[in-house]
Amino acid sequence: MDIDFIINVLYAMIRTGTPLLIVALGELVCERSGVLNLGQEGMMLVGAVCGFIVAATTGSLFLGVLAAMLAGCLMALLFGLVALGLSATQVATGLALTILGAGLSAFIGESFVGQTVLGFKALPIPLLSEIPLLGPLLFNHDVLVYLSFGLFAGVIWFLRSTRAGLMLKAIGETPESATAVGLPVMRVRYLAVLFGGAMAGLAGGYLSLAYTPLWAEGMTAGRGWIALALVVFASWRAERVMFGAYLFGLASILHLIVQGMGVSISSNLLAMLPYVVTILVLVLLSSDKARVRLYAPMSLGKPFHRTQ
Amino acid sequence: MFKVEKRPVESRLMGYLSPVLAAVLTLVSGALLFLLLGQSPLEGLYTFFVMPLSDLYGLSELGVKAAPILLCAMGLAVCYRAKVWNIGAEGQLLFGALIGSWAALQLLQVEGAWVLPLVLLAGALGGMFWGLIPALLRTHFNTNEILTTIMLNYIALNVLLYGVHGPLKDPDGYNFPESALFSESTLLPTLLDGTRVHIGVLFALLAVAVVWVLLSRTFIGFQIRVLGLDSRAAHYAGYNEKRLVIFVLMLCGGLAGLAGVLEVTGPIGQLVPQVSPGYGYAAIIVAFLGRLHPVGILLASLLMALVYMGGEMVQIELGLPQALTGLFQGMLLLYLLACDFLIHYRIRLGGRATASVAAPVSEGA
Amino acid sequence: MTTAQPQPRLSLRNISKRFPGVLANDRVCLNLYPGEIHAMLGENGAGKSTLMKMIYGVMKPDEGEIYWQGGAVDIAEPAQARALGIGMVFQHFALFETLTVTENIALSLPAQEARDLKALGRRIREVSERYGMALEPDRLVHSLSIGARQRVEIVRCLIQDIKLLILDEPTSVLTPQEVEGLFKTLNQLAAEGCSILFISHKLNEVRALCHNATILRGGRVTGECKPVEESAHSIARMMVGEDTPLSTTYEKREGGDDFLVVRDLSLKSLDPFGTRLKNINLRVRKGEIVGIAGVAGNGQDELLAALSGERLGENAGQICVPAGRIALLPPLQRRIQGLAFVPEERLGRGAVPDMSLAENGLLTAFGAGLVKKGLVNWGRTRDFAQSIVDDFKVKCSGIDASAKSLSGGNLQKFIIGREIRQKPSLLLAAHPTWGVDIGAAVAIHKALIELRDAGTAILIVSEDIDELFEISDRICAICHGELSPLKAVSDTNIGEVGRWMTGDFDVVQDAGPTQGESHV
Repeated sequence: MDIDFIINVLYAMIRTGTPLLIVALGELVCERSGVLNLGQEGMMLVGAVCGFIVAATTGSLFLGVLAAMLAGCLMALLFGLVALGLSATQVATGLALTILGAGLSAFIGESFVGQTVLGFKALPIPLLSEIPLLGPLLFNHDVLVYLSFGLFAGVIWFLRSTRAGLMLKAIGETPESATAVGLPVMRVRYLAVLFGGAMAGLAGGYLSLAYTPLWAEGMTAGRGWIALALVVFASWRAERVMFGAYLFGLASILHLIVQGMGVSISSNLLAMLPYVVTILVLVLLSSDKARVRLYAPMSLGKPFHRTQ
Repeated sequence: MFKVEKRPVESRLMGYLSPVLAAVLTLVSGALLFLLLGQSPLEGLYTFFVMPLSDLYGLSELGVKAAPILLCAMGLAVCYRAKVWNIGAEGQLLFGALIGSWAALQLLQVEGAWVLPLVLLAGALGGMFWGLIPALLRTHFNTNEILTTIMLNYIALNVLLYGVHGPLKDPDGYNFPESALFSESTLLPTLLDGTRVHIGVLFALLAVAVVWVLLSRTFIGFQIRVLGLDSRAAHYAGYNEKRLVIFVLMLCGGLAGLAGVLEVTGPIGQLVPQVSPGYGYAAIIVAFLGRLHPVGILLASLLMALVYMGGEMVQIELGLPQALTGLFQGMLLLYLLACDFLIHYRIRLGGRATASVAAPVSEGA
Repeated sequence: MTTAQPQPRLSLRNISKRFPGVLANDRVCLNLYPGEIHAMLGENGAGKSTLMKMIYGVMKPDEGEIYWQGGAVDIAEPAQARALGIGMVFQHFALFETLTVTENIALSLPAQEARDLKALGRRIREVSERYGMALEPDRLVHSLSIGARQRVEIVRCLIQDIKLLILDEPTSVLTPQEVEGLFKTLNQLAAEGCSILFISHKLNEVRALCHNATILRGGRVTGECKPVEESAHSIARMMVGEDTPLSTTYEKREGGDDFLVVRDLSLKSLDPFGTRLKNINLRVRKGEIVGIAGVAGNGQDELLAALSGERLGENAGQICVPAGRIALLPPLQRRIQGLAFVPEERLGRGAVPDMSLAENGLLTAFGAGLVKKGLVNWGRTRDFAQSIVDDFKVKCSGIDASAKSLSGGNLQKFIIGREIRQKPSLLLAAHPTWGVDIGAAVAIHKALIELRDAGTAILIVSEDIDELFEISDRICAICHGELSPLKAVSDTNIGEVGRWMTGDFDVVQDAGPTQGESHV
């Protein structure tokens, strides 16, 4: 194998891992506040379709990305109103959001199937992209990939070093104590859910505007669910999300590598790989119950009522 | 003006009314949607919800579509009673269809009364196996069954695609990704001439009865309910959680697998890539809408079958996207969850209430 | 002592608070002066905690006014209460286990004061030293003992300019020695002019510490007194009214042959925040009550889980009953051997909140002929539940009432009744009267004594050392997963058991059968 091939594979890995990274960062923040939103897939789909429609009609990729994030936020708001405002089961509400998102996106995107837009192009960073090996690998991407690097650093900083991050972690651990010392549990949870929605929308927009600039029904292909597994994989620690996202990215492009090496295996079997890897990873990381108990936000998914 | 307060005890009445309310809200939203699409709301709703049932064939199709949903939903209801969040009925259905088809294709040349039962059994066992995987992953490796069952849905679909593109492809089929047509002895008998209503409908009704008895009369059903309501009490009482988890997931897998093999041996007659238009996912909604109760689920499955038929009908009659079905499904579940708020809380109009606000909703007045 | 100053620091006037179906506070009035330690006395459910939460801004009163240093205030949230100089130490600590002491305290301070966590850490050290409360600011809270956690809560209040400190049942989780330390700190604070509201139901402590007392019953003020001038008995009367029997003394028994024998039981906890059991040796005889004292989190849960079978042992001989070695048997098998268990959490473990009493009877009593060939006999199940309700005088709307609709005391009577009805040879009970009103507590104690007299071996784990002295025949303490010596109650005293609770004992080896020593 020559070095160019490896660089190409790793480059594709980053591109493929980027939507996973973005959506998993959003879900991680949401889960650290104690809210389990299983609706990632639905929010991503609606983000993808809205981003594509706006970009296709206005011709502006920037507006498209903005629309994708806004659409994700609106879906998340719907989740928040039902799961937080009306204290419905988070698991069921998240599922409902995914089903609704799948239906809604297919519905509003129907007439856009088959259209294309001119997607985001690689934007080599001057000087940095000249570095041998690392340059073409890291500094020759589209702007959304760079944004994902920034988001990654931002979320780590937020959780580690800010008072708001501390508050978020406290609320996710014991909302009852948080109420007793006067922290705004509901407000923080709503904001965390909305951030998660914006990230899911952005990740969807990345798919329909950069990764494969078109809209197809169900084009997220389970990435929202894989992102949920990624959060478990990362033990709810933001630092570990990037590694996981790129690992999954690698698993999803394995068929390209295999074909590149001239081996012939049914593409249907290879397409299963990301899902099989997800299960294997879950098995590896969940087996130790004590570890999960140590890292998972203690109030995750549990309903919370403001007063008894 | 409005005051939201927690009810001292949950309202049983709202428990029954909430699904009805959710259905009504979905209809109202549907009417608005038709208006938005430039259609007459009444005509739209009529086309969606009434026209499909205007003749005997329509009614029989309702049964054909409701049967697989009902089978999956009965299994899911048992899982959800145990708070085992199985989202994998779709995969279990597909895998059942795949294994059943494999069996049917092995028996193309064989005749006999035992052939069909054998094929059905193979399908049910296939689904059971697919349900056993997440069960063992949970009991032995502590994995979250929501994620594993979802992943197994994608995997099952890909295995099925591999099957119809590869080993199970009809050698005389002009390279279409389909299996050969099943032989007469592996096809389900129909109940009514001129319709597609098959004996699978009877299996579905039998499942309703069995699950009802299981949940209300048997001790294992009681243990399942305790595990779901309060897992710490189940541990305290010494119930074997692992065995219960394996039981509910295999039961659901078996029922979903049966649904799958009934589809390929019934209405379809061969293995195709699109065995299920999302019946396994629709069954999740049906299970919740039916309050996890067999009779409720029976009614809800009919409504869901109608939503599928309505989607096809508006496409044919009004040229609207069939995706309306998915949209209605999502709305239905979300409205249901929202309406369930009224089981635990009530809303009062003005005046002095006798109890204070305990709701996470800000108080007016 | 109290100086009758004209201006109370805090004054409550006709405070009322309703919850669905209950009037938690009914026109409560209270005056509190600078430097005064004031006791708020009452049974569980008398409305003490609700009243305190309103002063601290966690809840809002429906009616009435709160005056702070002469001016009417509307305390909308805890931050506002803290700004006024009000601090609260919660009964169920309001702490975050996965954060450090400093981070915990930072979260309750205004943002500008908590910006520099290092400086805050130094301040925490200063304050804790000044009041004699050892604390390490960088420790994670889950690694702290219960007593240390309480110190975090108190320091959290003291680090701001505090004028009123509210403590909700602060001594129930402490060893007798820790209680002394706490009282010293509180007296020092009062001497500096801080007002203290001390919620308790332990009358001796109130008499030792407090200047004044207000007694609540059913949400109403039913009495005010100077505790030193009253007897514990007269205060108790004000708390429970005239009709309820107060506790009595029970005859001590020697017991018969050993029934439960625990030998060198060592177990690692499955919970990363749990306690490891070390070399536990314990024998419980037929017809006696053995009490295990200890501060929560010292291995009680782990020991009970090992005995009940929720956590299996490592070799079968670690736990024995006359019928055999049971340490490897699951809970169901142990029930067949005659074991019954009353867990600490009555709602959410001992009973399923959303199930009816009939169903909750079936929960553990399925072996009593209620299930035939896998089918539930609902007729018999209902009769069984009805007989518990009748015999143990469980107040409820009927056996179809959900477990969560019962008061703590009545539900506990039902659970204990259910376990006793199965005629156990060994009964394990955790905190049997925790949070239960006095009337129900007396009934529960009597039921346990009757069971003992019928020959059952009974093991009780409790944090309430007074209760253990009242009903146990022999007593020991658990600390850091180790068991102290086991002595007859008549041969020891609260001071010694208190020292055991802090780990001040030599671990005992199994001394062989004890019936030789008994004088029966």
